[in-house]
Amino acid sequence: MVQPKTLILSAVLAIGLTGLTGIALAEDQHGSVPERQSWSFGGPFGTFDQAQLQRGFKVYREVCSNCHGLSKVAFRNLAEEGGPGFTEAQVKALAAEYKVKDGPNDQGEMFERAGRASDRFPSPFPNPEAARASLGAIPPDMSLLAKARSYPRGTPLFLADPILQYQEHGVDYIYALLNGYSKKDDPNWNDYFPGNKIGMPNPLADGQVDYTDGTPATVKQYAKDVSAFLMWTAEPKLEERKKTGFRVIAFLILLAGLTYLTKRKIWANVAH
Amino acid sequence: MSGHSTYVPKSALGRWFESRLPIMGLIHGSFVVYPVPRNLNYFWTFGGILSFMLICQIITGIVLAMHYTPHVDYAFASVEYIMRDVNWGWVIRYTHANGASMFFIAVYLHMLRGLYYGSYKAPREVLWILGVIIYLLMMATGFMGYVLPWGQMSFWGATVITNLFSAIPLVGDAITTWLWGGYSVDNPTLNRFFSLHYLLPFMIAAVVVLHVWALHVTGQNNPAGVEVKNVERDTLPFTPYATVKDGFALLCFLIFFSWFVFYAPNYLGHADNYVEANPLVTPAHIVPEWYYLPFYAILRAIPSKLGGVMAMFGAIVVLAFLPWLDTSRVKSAAYRPLYKFFFWLFVVSCLGLGFLGAKPPEGAYVIASRLLTLYYFGFFLIIMPLLGLFETPKPVPASIADAVLAKNSAHAQAHS
Amino acid sequence: MAAASTTEPTRRDMLFIANGAVAAVGVGALAWPLISQMNPDASTLALASTEVDISSIPEGGILTVKWRGKPVFVRHRTKKEIEEAANVKAADMPDPQADSARVKKPEWLVVVGVCTHLGCVPLGHSGDYDGWFCPCHGSVYDTSGRIRKGPAPRNLEVPAYAFLSDTKLQIG
Repeated sequence: MVQPKTLILSAVLAIGLTGLTGIALAEDQHGSVPERQSWSFGGPFGTFDQAQLQRGFKVYREVCSNCHGLSKVAFRNLAEEGGPGFTEAQVKALAAEYKVKDGPNDQGEMFERAGRASDRFPSPFPNPEAARASLGAIPPDMSLLAKARSYPRGTPLFLADPILQYQEHGVDYIYALLNGYSKKDDPNWNDYFPGNKIGMPNPLADGQVDYTDGTPATVKQYAKDVSAFLMWTAEPKLEERKKTGFRVIAFLILLAGLTYLTKRKIWANVAH
Repeated sequence: MSGHSTYVPKSALGRWFESRLPIMGLIHGSFVVYPVPRNLNYFWTFGGILSFMLICQIITGIVLAMHYTPHVDYAFASVEYIMRDVNWGWVIRYTHANGASMFFIAVYLHMLRGLYYGSYKAPREVLWILGVIIYLLMMATGFMGYVLPWGQMSFWGATVITNLFSAIPLVGDAITTWLWGGYSVDNPTLNRFFSLHYLLPFMIAAVVVLHVWALHVTGQNNPAGVEVKNVERDTLPFTPYATVKDGFALLCFLIFFSWFVFYAPNYLGHADNYVEANPLVTPAHIVPEWYYLPFYAILRAIPSKLGGVMAMFGAIVVLAFLPWLDTSRVKSAAYRPLYKFFFWLFVVSCLGLGFLGAKPPEGAYVIASRLLTLYYFGFFLIIMPLLGLFETPKPVPASIADAVLAKNSAHAQAHS
Repeated sequence: MAAASTTEPTRRDMLFIANGAVAAVGVGALAWPLISQMNPDASTLALASTEVDISSIPEGGILTVKWRGKPVFVRHRTKKEIEEAANVKAADMPDPQADSARVKKPEWLVVVGVCTHLGCVPLGHSGDYDGWFCPCHGSVYDTSGRIRKGPAPRNLEVPAYAFLSDTKLQIG
């Protein structure tokens, strides 16, 4: 419907108009650009690595959970399909280790009881104000963190991401951030945090969490595992989504193919 | 909607019913025997795709409303509850959220097709204006829908857009307070946005009925831009010809749609909207949904509050005047070499404005936004009226049948 | 279409039929999530059991607890109530059932507090049999929660329950 010549000509003119833009592409106060990592859950057939999620959960539990909540996740989720793959019994025992506020009882009082599989993770602080009072900053709830963080990809990379299936910006950012404490004398300096001054001092150290499966107990490995775990907490249906997607798209291609043949047959004998 | 039909049902019961409510005849006349120009290309399938998208959004929206809670304390959590606990909730929500973007992709292609082939020109002015009304309603619906998850972008987007009304002299602040139902975007605002977000799609559906009605009165425009002269030679019955073609196009569109729903569901959204709304902290960059970006760029291109708001609304309102701004007697750009050039330049400038709308309003971005804004309005207000007077169009075919004949013989020559 | 007038299905017809059939499958698959979403969600299913402390219920008392959004009556029956429930000919009742089939320990009766007529909550310690009486349409239940008079068709439902200890009861 358009001749290539016209298109090229108008494109050249438009680039002339927008051309000035190119000069000022200096990005504003963002930290360094995180490096892209390879994740088992990336791509159209991605799945979570159960062992990695279990390790990541261990890191969360022993380190992150001192300050960060996981309020959208229930203990029962840990045993659900497409997750870390704990057994129901493990989950029940785990939940019982937590104290959960419940009530009111017959006397009209709130009380604490052992957690059940149906409970959600209790947050370390009753409210954000309490967190700020004790830490000086509000640690974000971690349930959705992997989807709530990102970094600018720049032009034209951002256009290629949906086609090339790069959707792990948030996880890459978290991983980079956990490895981004580059100044020994300043625990609050982070290469990847916007503005570089982060409220959270370096939370991880080599050997801090015991891994029983022979995985190296290093900061890099902790960061990798906990980032993967956070992707799962943010998107627990990720595996189901990608599997369903493949079926849906394969079906649509089949139906579209058939419909195309039908269309050709029907239109075969009329001039159009 | 094409007037009286000669449809006679085969069964006695059908005839009994038809003589009391001729609905089958209406459907038969509108979607079976209705004559469509035989030279329509695939850009004419977006009407059907848009109807599908409207129904898709209404159905998934009704389902979401069964699980969503419009309260500032629960809205964010209820969306996560849909994503995690409701059976198939994640697919329904991702379909609805990405569906909004798909709806806008389809409507933009539909509008550009109209702009390219002169579909707004006589006798289709009312049809076009109804379309502009649908587009406006869509913008309002999409905006309010984006507020409902009550994330940071929801909250701050709502704050910025409602503040636009404070630019109105004298009554601006009163109007903004009235919109909010308080002194800031808060629970009353969320509740009324939810109510209106549920209402507006049905208003869209009503205007769509008028839009289709008007279409079936004038008949479709076509790539040649000449009216139907001989129904026998120029047209084909809607069913099966247009039905199967629309069906095929819809399926291709659904593949594209599914790709986003299943493989890149958050690509078209913004990460900040997964952070619950916090009235005390503004995100570093407030960016509206991509489909508003060109208008957002126009808003920020003008260095005065009232001026920016007027330019932004003007950019949409100007569309309604197209039938009278275009002075050319030829409809289709296929026969208008100069218009074709400026049209594609306009497309590129809209994309440029969209790009700039996502950038911070500083330095060269502002200058580029101003230049493109200038071209946006220049295209409608200066180029369109003048082109009709100065442009020499190529010879237009005498009829649709002639256009088809010319195309096919060119094909035959190319293949021999 | 004219081609359909031949009796033998042509290749063209086969294509149309295949196309239609695949499209119908697609519509069906599309409908399922929209129907299924109205079923109880994962968090509701996870809450299917409740634990109750029954140590504080005096003899003759009824504790009402919420289970799956409905009231459950835990009745600490007296000797007299147990006898009344056990020493009666069940065969003549609208929904014949022996008292022993409705309890695990004779002193504890656990029933869902929803009238089997149309879902109202019956009142305890009332009616001709001193069991329950439903104020909506006059159904009368005995001390075993069995329907004795009135429009209700079935006895009060006994939920799945277990005694975790002498004082702890798990419903569901």
